[in-house]
Order: sequence, then C-alpha cells, then structure tokens
Amino acid sequence: MNILVCISNVPDTTTRIKFTADNKSVDYTGVQWIINPWDELALTRAIELKEAGKANKIMVISVGNSTVEATLRKALAAGADEAIRVDAEALDSFSTASHLADAIKQYPADIILCGIESSDYNGSSVGGMLAEMLDLPSVSSVSSLEIEGGSIKITREIEGGRQQLETALPAVLVVQKGIAINPRIPSMRGIMTARTKPLKVITASAVNAESQINSYETPPQKSSCRMIDPENLDELVELLHKEARVI
Amino acid sequence: MNFEYTEEQLMIRQAARDFAQRELIKDVIERDTHSIYPTEHVKVLAELGFLGMLVDPKYDGGGMDTISYVLAIEEISKVDSSVSVIMSVNNSLVCYGLENFGSEAQKEKYLKPLARGDKTGAFLLSEPEAGSDATSQRTTAEDKGDYYLLNGTKNWITSGNTAGTYLVIAQTHPEKGHKGINVLIVDRNTPGITVGPHEDKMGMRSSDTHSVMFNDVKVPRENRIGEDGFGFKFAMKTLEGGRIGIAAQAVGIAAGAFERSVKYAKERKAFGTELMNHQSVAFKLAEMAVKIENARNLCLKAAWLKDQNKPYGYASAMAKYYAAEAAMWVTTEAVQIHGGYGYVKEYHVERLMREAKLTQIYEGTSEIQKIVISRQINNDY
Repeated sequence: MNILVCISNVPDTTTRIKFTADNKSVDYTGVQWIINPWDELALTRAIELKEAGKANKIMVISVGNSTVEATLRKALAAGADEAIRVDAEALDSFSTASHLADAIKQYPADIILCGIESSDYNGSSVGGMLAEMLDLPSVSSVSSLEIEGGSIKITREIEGGRQQLETALPAVLVVQKGIAINPRIPSMRGIMTARTKPLKVITASAVNAESQINSYETPPQKSSCRMIDPENLDELVELLHKEARVI
Repeated sequence: MNFEYTEEQLMIRQAARDFAQRELIKDVIERDTHSIYPTEHVKVLAELGFLGMLVDPKYDGGGMDTISYVLAIEEISKVDSSVSVIMSVNNSLVCYGLENFGSEAQKEKYLKPLARGDKTGAFLLSEPEAGSDATSQRTTAEDKGDYYLLNGTKNWITSGNTAGTYLVIAQTHPEKGHKGINVLIVDRNTPGITVGPHEDKMGMRSSDTHSVMFNDVKVPRENRIGEDGFGFKFAMKTLEGGRIGIAAQAVGIAAGAFERSVKYAKERKAFGTELMNHQSVAFKLAEMAVKIENARNLCLKAAWLKDQNKPYGYASAMAKYYAAEAAMWVTTEAVQIHGGYGYVKEYHVERLMREAKLTQIYEGTSEIQKIVISRQINNDY
C-alpha cells in the first residue's frame, strides 16, 4: 500500500507576519519555511505505518517554486521515499488542488493524506477539492488511521464523540491532530540518505485562480493583562463594570 | 568567504532544536534538581544519530561535518547542557579518538557501538592530583606482555558510571615522563573497576560525573591505541577537537539565557514601560548579542578549519576560552535582568549560569586555553 502526503510549505509558526506596502500580499523576506504542522503529523503517521510494515512507499508532493525543495528534502530526511514538486505558484486553494490532482493522476497512491488546514492561510479546502477533482472518496477530520490487510480503519472526530469507519481505496483523508502525537524529527541517517532520494520536478498546466485577495490586516493588538488580587473581588467587579463595561 | 549555512546544516540545527524544545525542556528542571540521569533522552539522542554524528558512516556514524555538530550542540545546550556534554564527550573525545587513532579491529569492536549510541563512552584523563597538569599521571598501566595492569584513580569523569567504554590515559614508563603515557580502551565491566559515588555538582547536575578506581585491572595489549607512549599526544590531539564541542556548548548556554532575557525584557514592565525600553537593560542585551555572535563565529571558524583538515588547535582554544567567558558573563547578566525571578529555578537562567561556570573549567580551564593561545603567539610572532 502506497501513501502520498500533500505538503504545504508554510512560514515557521513563530514568524512575525508583515505585509507588502499595498497590503495585498505577505512579505516573505527572511522567513523560515517549515512543513505545515498538520501535514507533518500526516507524514509522521505515514512513516509509522511504513515502519510497522503496513505501508510500502511514501511519497510527498508540494506545489511551489524551488524554495519548496528544502521542505520536501526535510520530509525525505524524516522518512519519505520520494518527493514531487509541481513547479507552479499556489495561487489559491483551487489552483493548488488542481495542480496536485494533475500530478497525482501521474503518480497515483492508495492513500492520499492532507493536513486539515495550512497554518498560513487556514483555507481548509484543498483536501476536499482534491478528492472531488480525482473523483475519489474523502474523509475529513481523521484523527486515527490503521491499515489492516488491504483496507483501512479510520477514526474521525464528530460533535460529542468519535466515528469509526472504513472506505474504499484509493481515498483522500484529511487529517487533524491526533493522527500522530509528536512530529518525526529527522535523524542523522535520514538526513544523510535524503541526499540520494529522488526529488522530481514536474511542470504544471496553466490553472487560473478562482479567488483573489483584496487586502490583509493584522488583528488589533492585545491590551495588556492586569492582575487583580483574588482577595479584591470588589475591585474586579468595579473594573468589569466601569472600565471594561461587560457587566 | 561564505557565511551561509547549507540546507543540510540548517536541517540538523532544526532537528536538534526540535528535540531540545519539545523533549528536553519538559523535565530539565526536575532532572537538574534531583541529579537524574537523562536515560530516555540519551536513547532518543542515539536514535536520532546525534551521539555519533561526526563518525564516518562506514563505522555506523552520521557522517556530518563539524559545523553541523556545533549547531546541534548549541541548540541542545540552550536547554540542557547535561545532555549536550554526554553528546560532546562521546563525539569529540571518544569517537574522534577511536576513529582517528584506533586500529581497524578497535573501530569495528568499539567505535561502531559508540557511534550508533548502543553504548556511551567516557574519557578518563583527570586525576585527583592531575587536572590541568595532565603530564603528571599517577594512574599506571604496567606492561605485562599480553596485557597492561591498570592501577589508579580518575576524577570528574563525565558518564563515569553509565559509559560502556572507557578511554583511559595512564603512565607505563614513568622515567620517560609524558612520553611514557599510554591510552587504553577499557570495557566498563572489566573486573577490578570501582565507580565512586555520583558527584553532587553545582551545575550540569543530571550528567553522570564520577571518580573511577582501577585496582589490578587487566587490559589486553590489543586495546592500546597507537604506538607505545602515544597516550599523551592522543589526549592533547583529542582535546583540541573536544574544545570545539565545549565552546559550542558555551555558545548555546549564552544564547539560551539571551533569548530568555529578550523575551522577559519585552514582557516585563517597570516604571511604566517594558524593561526593553530602559537603556540599562537594552544596552546589556546589545552587549550580550555581540559577545554571543563573536563566540559563535570563533567556534564556527574552528569547526570550519577542522572540516578543511587545517590546523585548528589555536582557533579551538580561542573559541573555548572566549565562549566560556562570554557564557559566564551573559548568564550572570541574564539573572540580573530577570531580577528576583532570575534567582528562582522556574525561569531557567540561574541554572544556565551554574552550567556556564563549568565551561570555564572542564576540558581545559580558561587559563589553560590562554597558555595554548600565548604559546602559539610566541611561536608565530
């Protein structure tokens, strides 16, 4: 059973986000790139399944220019076998999903894993779109994945509980926290072997974006926190009433 | 001149950072307080390949360069130098010594398990009466033909109890002075070895420091590294590289304290504004940043020279001296910036200050580094 993990290249979660002068795009100067944390968990689960002898080959795929390659090589170092970069700009969720779908038709897999969202744009839509474009079943909010023989057992989080299900393969699974606990840290041996693992670059067909960004704005700055002594309940009530005006 | 790290070096730095910030940070205060050896963390270090990262892959090592090693040690030391010292001793003293001076049979038998991290190694040079003055070894390795008979006591041995393999420096021909010294590979389980109680240290309290006593310990002749009398040269050569590891550790301790100080200075308010807006604090942070950058650059230069197979003893002595002094100053000032909070364990900087002190002492005190540096100056000018 082969697993393909879709990887989004995102700014490190501690990055201070700045916008360009027209507020229409993010200023990526000096940004450290990482694997989107949800995709990293998906990759970790794929590696665990391979180590347990349940999966054969792990492929990772990403859409983007050559800056994506460092992130893909990190995935190879962590334990993926092959990487594919679709040489195109990811304009929006639709264009990303379209590029991925075109590539996956050439490099099919039994299980396609996508993180539930990317930590930069938080669109939460590529996985679903991808399944539709590939005409494959998809399951969202997957928090556990087991392979038993030729089929898979999935747990997904639902309101107030969990749901266990199976699906025909190939399938697109959109995974969330819980799919793996700690993201896999690449080992020295992994980093060394990544040097010789294949990283294919494939050209993309023209895809137009279906949406455009008009402007960005940062959230208002948090006001500072004021500590009130637990003995001073009257002061707290008065401040909530007169200053915060919430009671 | 190129100041860019390679993609692989950055990947290794990130791997070390992730390990330190996700795993080591969780129990570092508790381990320090109760002097608990980081057994599980050392296992993970081995799995990730950090314990033998400098060793050639043909001996089961990671085959990484010294610059990557410096970056990894720095990241781990930002959080826990008790762990980075285990890594440093294993890599730069024990594995380095075996790989560069050991026979093929010795590498097969002893280097491979150390590079994989199946075992850790210890380097036994210091004695109760021979620390900086390493020439006056009292431990004896009497030549008995097929074997050496080892007697004596070694002090301040990192991984003294947990190590599986010892490299022991001992005197065989006292009449020849330091030219009579040998280095022997000794299995920890050899009869006649007694490990003293755990040293209750000021800092790096969860590393495993002991004295080790040898009483008529028989060591096979084939366990001698190099020619008869090579031991002192072996120790000096190995320590040259060891200094890079300890310098990187000092950089990490300083950088860890600095990062915590910046964060604190931007959050904590006094006299109506953040500490960062008080020039007395801001200037202190500026000085810290300069010292850390200098120390890191010295350290990277020594690592680069080593990777280029160029002489690096002068550079590594400079790096070790400067980085240790910088770490002591930076951590002391970090406690000062934190005020009362800096003096309690929860904020980590007091522990970093205690750890910094050891970098001025072990693997050649700051004074010894100045001897190495000044001798070189005397030769060159």
